[in-house]
Amino acid sequence: MSLKQYKEVLVNPLIKENPITLQILGICSALAVTSNLNVTLIMCIALTSVVSLSNLFISIIRNYIPSSVRIIVQMTIIATLVILVDELLKAYDYETSKKLSVFVGLIITNCIVMGRAEAFAMKEKPFVSFLDGLGNGIGYSLILIGVAFIRELFGAGTLFGIPIFGDWYPTNNLLLLPPSSFIIIGLFIWLIRGYNNDQIEEDEFDLSKHSVAPNLNKRELNV
Amino acid sequence: MFEHYLNIFINTVFIENIALSLFLGMCTFLAISKKIDAAFGLGIAVIVVCAITVPLNNLIYNYVLREGALTWAGLPNTNLEFVELISYIGVIAAAVQILEMFLDKYIPALYNALGVFLPLITVNCAILGASLFMVEKDLMFTESIAYGLGAGVGWAMAIVILAGIREKLKYSDIPEGLKGLGMTFIIVGLMSFGFMSFGGISL
Repeated sequence: MSLKQYKEVLVNPLIKENPITLQILGICSALAVTSNLNVTLIMCIALTSVVSLSNLFISIIRNYIPSSVRIIVQMTIIATLVILVDELLKAYDYETSKKLSVFVGLIITNCIVMGRAEAFAMKEKPFVSFLDGLGNGIGYSLILIGVAFIRELFGAGTLFGIPIFGDWYPTNNLLLLPPSSFIIIGLFIWLIRGYNNDQIEEDEFDLSKHSVAPNLNKRELNV
Repeated sequence: MFEHYLNIFINTVFIENIALSLFLGMCTFLAISKKIDAAFGLGIAVIVVCAITVPLNNLIYNYVLREGALTWAGLPNTNLEFVELISYIGVIAAAVQILEMFLDKYIPALYNALGVFLPLITVNCAILGASLFMVEKDLMFTESIAYGLGAGVGWAMAIVILAGIREKLKYSDIPEGLKGLGMTFIIVGLMSFGFMSFGGISL
């Protein structure tokens, strides 16, 4: 593979094929851990390392995995990596690990990891798979950090726990509640699709010929 | 006594709804909610798998993994909690596989109706999440049955409601970029704000 292809594999998932906004992967954790930038950042690092390493290891042994038991084999590799991350976090940052509670464990079933293993690492060479994992992890992190930035800044008026707005800013509890991250992600999708028009979803139905009314207003205006 | 279990059940279905208050199983929740039929089939599958795996994992936690749980085997000092995640996911994968074979042989009608959703459930975080929350809440075996059932029913109810709303919205005039996924996100956000109104109730 040429250098250009490597770059494409790494850069494409950042915005254009973002795992959250286009592939609908890994949304669960995106919502619950974004009220505070510190916690979000640690979650992003945890996920990015798990997805890139699991892609690397699965790709190394891809030719020896029988396809009938491949899900179990992938699960074992992913679960082992997640346990490592979980234990490391408990050892070095116990407070954050308490705050993240079950969400570190849930990286196992985070569909980004499984999805990339299935769709990419089972077919491609180790180094490219590693880059793909890294790209997808960073793409996920970009959205998460964006959401957490908006929620913490306009919700609590702080960034990383440091007050930004000062005393005059009352806390906006609506943004601190988890459901608000759904709405923020929805607006992000709107923004991204505003630039990439090809991502806009088609209507599932066709308008019948007769229902298309002639655009009279326009004609009149032109006259 | 019965009231206690009913309370756990109601609490899990409405107040701590696994999809709309804990945000688990979101990927399938958003991806497979275009049609009510499919959403309903998936919901039933999640109820069945949840009601089986949560009590199973409860037994495994209490008699194998927990600190001092292996006293019955003559090993009072072992603590196997670090293999928690891998054993739960193993149990879930195995349970789904066994359920699939069982349904294929004895209830083919349901098997055909569930189709591809059954294997997908292994990677649905609602199931693993329910098991992990069960451990965090430190439930007894009988309580875990009520919790597992409630978690499944709550998730199924949420996805059927979302599918209903999306079918209604099919013909509405939505801004180009928000069509489909974007709009779904916003609907789920509003639904979840709605479900927060159950939050004040204490059972």
